[in-house]
Amino acid sequence: MMLQQVDPTLDPNFEPEVLWFALSPILVLVGGALFLLVVGALTPKWPKGLSAFCSATTAGTAGVLAIVNWDDISDRGPQTLVAGALAFDKFAMWATIVITVSVLLVSLLTDEFIRDTPNDGPEVYALYLVAAAGGIVMASANDLIVLFLGLETLSLALYVLAASNRRSDPSAESGLKYFVLGGFASAFFLYGIALVYGGTGSTNIGEMVTAIGNTPAGDNDALVLAGIALLVVGLGFKVAAAPFHIWAPDVYQGAPSPVTAFMASAGKAAAFGAVTRVLVSGLPSFRDDWQPIIVVLAVLSLVVGAVLSVVQTNVKRMLAYSSVSHAGFLLVGVEAAAHTAGDATPGFGISSVQLYSLLYAVLVIGSFGVVTVVAGTRDASLASFNGLAKRKPLLAVAFTIFLLAQAGVPFTSGFVAKFGVIRAGINEESYALAIIAMVTAVITAFVYLRIMLSMWLRDADDEAPAVSVPFSAGVAIAIAATFTLAAGLYPAPLIELTESIRLVR
Amino acid sequence: MIAAIEPSWYLIIASLLFAIGAFGLLVRRNPLQMFMCIELMLNAANLTFVAFATSLGDINGQTAVFFVMVVAAAEVVVGLGILVSILRRRPGATADDLAELKG
Repeated sequence: MMLQQVDPTLDPNFEPEVLWFALSPILVLVGGALFLLVVGALTPKWPKGLSAFCSATTAGTAGVLAIVNWDDISDRGPQTLVAGALAFDKFAMWATIVITVSVLLVSLLTDEFIRDTPNDGPEVYALYLVAAAGGIVMASANDLIVLFLGLETLSLALYVLAASNRRSDPSAESGLKYFVLGGFASAFFLYGIALVYGGTGSTNIGEMVTAIGNTPAGDNDALVLAGIALLVVGLGFKVAAAPFHIWAPDVYQGAPSPVTAFMASAGKAAAFGAVTRVLVSGLPSFRDDWQPIIVVLAVLSLVVGAVLSVVQTNVKRMLAYSSVSHAGFLLVGVEAAAHTAGDATPGFGISSVQLYSLLYAVLVIGSFGVVTVVAGTRDASLASFNGLAKRKPLLAVAFTIFLLAQAGVPFTSGFVAKFGVIRAGINEESYALAIIAMVTAVITAFVYLRIMLSMWLRDADDEAPAVSVPFSAGVAIAIAATFTLAAGLYPAPLIELTESIRLVR
Repeated sequence: MIAAIEPSWYLIIASLLFAIGAFGLLVRRNPLQMFMCIELMLNAANLTFVAFATSLGDINGQTAVFFVMVVAAAEVVVGLGILVSILRRRPGATADDLAELKG
């Protein structure tokens, strides 16, 4: 029956139909990046803040287009784009919204941070936009090679961004470390794709699933299983899950603070998009094989992130280890999704992961935003936060909100996020994992309390540099703090939206 | 009589290349040599793609290789750029010298 159908791709004049509007968020971001680079190079020095404004506007436009597309999907249903290369579903659009919101907030943070330094100019913003486009491709890829291209687009831009402060040795060092370990992880990921291709005969996720369904069990299992192992190593590096987290503290500490905020928000959202696409969407029939690996990664990330964050003295490193523990929480959600991968009725797994990535993105940008403002380009030691409540009360209140949210205190968005993934885990009867997650949440709370103590109860050193809050960074922090509280007090609409998220292949 | 070269031979070679690259990256201390090890790993994956594409009679594995080659080229550009900016400030730095960030 299949043989009688003529494959349209064999026709030499065949051109895949392209729904341009569905691709518009990615096109707008790439267009904005090219515009910034070309026009920025050809025109004399721009007025202050114009590059940041362009970048924020571009990201905002892409975000609005993604919301319009979300409505389209609600009305007409999901589909695949560009001959099956990209998935056009609510999962992809949600990831697009998370990433564009991150770019918008981070652009506001970066503006005054790099002003009057040699790094000022459109380049950093162009890199944000390119990285965002790559991240969106990662989260919406329906073909492993396309996913790899998106991953590299995101990663290459992040390597450059990490090393972008040319006057700072730590920044250059973090760039090189990130590059070497990231390249290592990419090679593992690519080799994994090659083995899965050998086992299934395709890199397209839809065709892969069909091929695995058609071959008798055990035929090419060895190849696919080896491929899954390598894919998980590569993805583990990208999401900074223990034991593949070693790069994260060094890179988070050395990179300029707004860039760290971008890595922790957009980078994490894109990486978890890729995890979901590859494992939950692409390899559902092997879920019994990769689910135990996810359990191990989740437990290790939760424990390592919590324990090692306690012994740090640098706030950026503390937040880096806490981001490892957040990766563990997100993996609890992925583990829940594993139980129902490929089933007609998905559980709460995927929707809880997507809700977590939005809420975490905003609150982590807020946290690193405060670090940006307080520490500037200096070392973000815990002592530099001493007495912040007396020097800048509003900033201290905002940071307290973010830290409480990171700890998962009720009435903040962090509670909603953690509650979501743990509920998803309980629903699938992963009780042990849920209990470990809750216990480690208590340990990490100690870290956040330590930062709060030094802000509220310690006195500032006499020679402590004055803290001034630039307008645009203040706006970004205020938006993030308001959202963190609002989403914590009234999360129902967001939960409802994420529960309609489905994957298409 | 000479036996025909089976696709599995290429797969074995590719896995060896990948292992050499991974091992080299872990033991080498010169950043340039580390870059070369990453390239070796990527090319091992390329060889695997081509071998599978031949044995499956499917062209998609070969097109994937072209994408990977472009990515590898871009990666070299970025990596060398970062390395040059480090070596300008600290000539002759090895991976062991770059240990300012730890804890």
